[in-house]
Amino acid sequence: MTRPTPETLAHSARRARATAEPATTTDPVGAARTAAGPAVPAVRTPAPAQVSGAGSLVRSLEALGVEVVFGIPGGAILPAYDPLYDSSVRHILVRHEQGAGHAATGYAQATGRVGVCIATSGPGATNLVTPIADAYMDSVPMVAITGQVARPSIGTDAFQEADIQGITLPITKHNFLVQSAEEIPRVLAEAFHLASTGRPGPVLVDIPKDVLQAATTFAWPPTLDLPGYRPTLHPHGKQIREAARLMTTARRPVLYVGGGVLKAGATEGLRKLAEVTGIPVVTTLMALGAFPDSHDQHLGMPGMHGTVAAVYGLQKSDLIVALGARFDDRVTGKLDSFAPDATIVHADIDPAEIGKNRHVDVPIVGDARHVIDELIAAVTVEHAAGRSADLSDWWTQLRDLRERYPLGYDEPSDGTLSPQYVISRLGEIAGPDAIYVAGVGQHQMWASQFISYEKPHTWLNSGGLGTMGYAVPAAMGAKVGKPDTVVWAVDGDGCFQMTNQELATCALEGIPVKIAVINNGNLGMVRQWQTLFYNERYSNTELGTHKHRIPDFVKLAEALGCVGLRCENAADVDKTIEAAMAIDDAPVVIDFVVGKDAMVWPMVAAGTSNDEIMFARGVRPVFDEDDI
Amino acid sequence: MTMHTLSVLVENKPGVLARVSGLFSRRGFNIDSLAVGETENPDVSRITIVVNAESSPLEQVTKQLNKLVNVLKIVELDPQVSVARELLLVKVRADRAARAQVLETVSLFRARVVDVAPDTLTIEATGTPDKLDALLRDLEPFGIKEMVQSGLVAIGRGSRSITAGPALRAA
Repeated sequence: MTRPTPETLAHSARRARATAEPATTTDPVGAARTAAGPAVPAVRTPAPAQVSGAGSLVRSLEALGVEVVFGIPGGAILPAYDPLYDSSVRHILVRHEQGAGHAATGYAQATGRVGVCIATSGPGATNLVTPIADAYMDSVPMVAITGQVARPSIGTDAFQEADIQGITLPITKHNFLVQSAEEIPRVLAEAFHLASTGRPGPVLVDIPKDVLQAATTFAWPPTLDLPGYRPTLHPHGKQIREAARLMTTARRPVLYVGGGVLKAGATEGLRKLAEVTGIPVVTTLMALGAFPDSHDQHLGMPGMHGTVAAVYGLQKSDLIVALGARFDDRVTGKLDSFAPDATIVHADIDPAEIGKNRHVDVPIVGDARHVIDELIAAVTVEHAAGRSADLSDWWTQLRDLRERYPLGYDEPSDGTLSPQYVISRLGEIAGPDAIYVAGVGQHQMWASQFISYEKPHTWLNSGGLGTMGYAVPAAMGAKVGKPDTVVWAVDGDGCFQMTNQELATCALEGIPVKIAVINNGNLGMVRQWQTLFYNERYSNTELGTHKHRIPDFVKLAEALGCVGLRCENAADVDKTIEAAMAIDDAPVVIDFVVGKDAMVWPMVAAGTSNDEIMFARGVRPVFDEDDI
Repeated sequence: MTMHTLSVLVENKPGVLARVSGLFSRRGFNIDSLAVGETENPDVSRITIVVNAESSPLEQVTKQLNKLVNVLKIVELDPQVSVARELLLVKVRADRAARAQVLETVSLFRARVVDVAPDTLTIEATGTPDKLDALLRDLEPFGIKEMVQSGLVAIGRGSRSITAGPALRAA
């Protein structure tokens, strides 16, 4: 077996530069990403062979080093399932294509490798739309392979025909409709290259049935043909020096860290940069784990449900250094009043993010790892020249805020189980080595707040699209990618009812995920907004999982081949979690029956300024403006 | 708001126009005019887009366009140093009484008659949008039965070529 040399590929210059980067990181995902190479991580170079288009597809997946695909067969994709039957690629038969898509995402988020899902034409393909959109918003490297009706039938409204290429144009980094069997290896190699390099994202490959059935020759490696694709990895030296100058002269700087830092495998560098400069760090919802929660310089998560110190830190800063973050509306609040005094350094691999929402003073286009390494070097030069900022006043203010307004919660006055208590105990017992996967809603925010993330890639969630139902299938994918790691899904009773059928997949395929259903009987976050903004008129948020116990999650878990446990009071929380931790041969579901009135705090209401942050209902933090 | 003329060089592949035009509508831009054709390199097509926008949102849409994998290069053409033309075909009422006057207008604008019928003339004209507007204004009193106009195409003045460059050679 030989690896193809970079020269065998059309994009030799770009690829050679990417693969020549030293794998100095200790971040396993970042290292894997570099070691595998961004373009064609070929593990074997098969000799040219006469095969069908379907055979060529499966051989391409093997040559690309794919270990697992998540999918469901159907008419148009059926030819591909025949060679897949004999392949080294593991196929996991899911129960709904949405589950295949989120599983591919969970796999990719946990491992840093490209996640692969496969579906048939028409409804199979359209069921992938939500997870593809989800992966697009969160920049997840994913390749979706779909069957299409045979070429002569395209455009005739044939049975199970859908223009999935057209449908997914706005939600993919790129997509392909394969026109001939000869193209298959090249298109697959291009799809994997596009998905995993630059700003990662989902790529869809739609293959007509007659192309899968056609006879062709399979040869590897193919020559990539992507003349319009040239991601900028290395930042401009002048911009780096200007950023370093600002970082050593600002009085109230903040490092605003987004998911790009995790994707670039730059977490070690980030820690060094923070420690060299002494600058406080905030990590977005997508970046939890990029900087240890326990680190003294960590102010927490900014944004709508961020900590007071993180929100205030950004808001009152005179310099924001954004690294792989995109000034999302959930972070900035009302954009006009966001951090009014801050000079902005914005580093991102995607030039279109820079200046999209907020005017930028120092734009830096580049991969976060290179950006951070070069910033460290440039800051060191400034320090050597005797230029460094005194941040002691800034830290005094921030520490004071952190002490006065820590994350916390009140025990429910009605004696019900506190959801925050459950989640914080789960974090304590499962510890920082476990992977936590959340759905979307109150439980997601509490899981972001009350579990301590110390390591990269231990927190997976649907940040940009906010996809309810993400947790169970994404946890499945994460567990497949990291079989030796404990994987906990923290889910809500609403989310759980959207995708729990994948527990049948987990039970049958030997994927022992653990699910903590934070069951408050309601669509909790929507209910919270109804409490705060709709005069407590609870229109269509009661799910009946308390009142009628429909469904009974314990029975449901058992019916799906899992162990079902229930916990209804604080005294049983630890032993129930420990009982679940002791089971490693089956998926476990715990139905935590919690109170429905708990709310997520702090909160910046949608559309308002970060200055309006509420620490708890009716409680505004007191900022001493004279300090600034 | 000002008019901007973008020359977008793209790979000559199916569906590329839909990617480009879809991006404009998705990001909330109206395209004033659009013209597509092959270049001297058959693997490369050139899309000329005229868009009415402020410069900062235009920068955002240009950056988003650049992210499209099939887009090779984008150049904004400065009207001061480029040549821009549209093509107009217009069918004008021209009976015996009016014909001489219509023909006079045609020659004044250096347009051409491309089809003759007993009561109409079909006229072809190329020029800047301003010139074609002026021609239409002068023809209007005779009665315009039908007209069709192409999108604007434009090219920079001087010897420099925007299609020269490493990316395009690779294509």
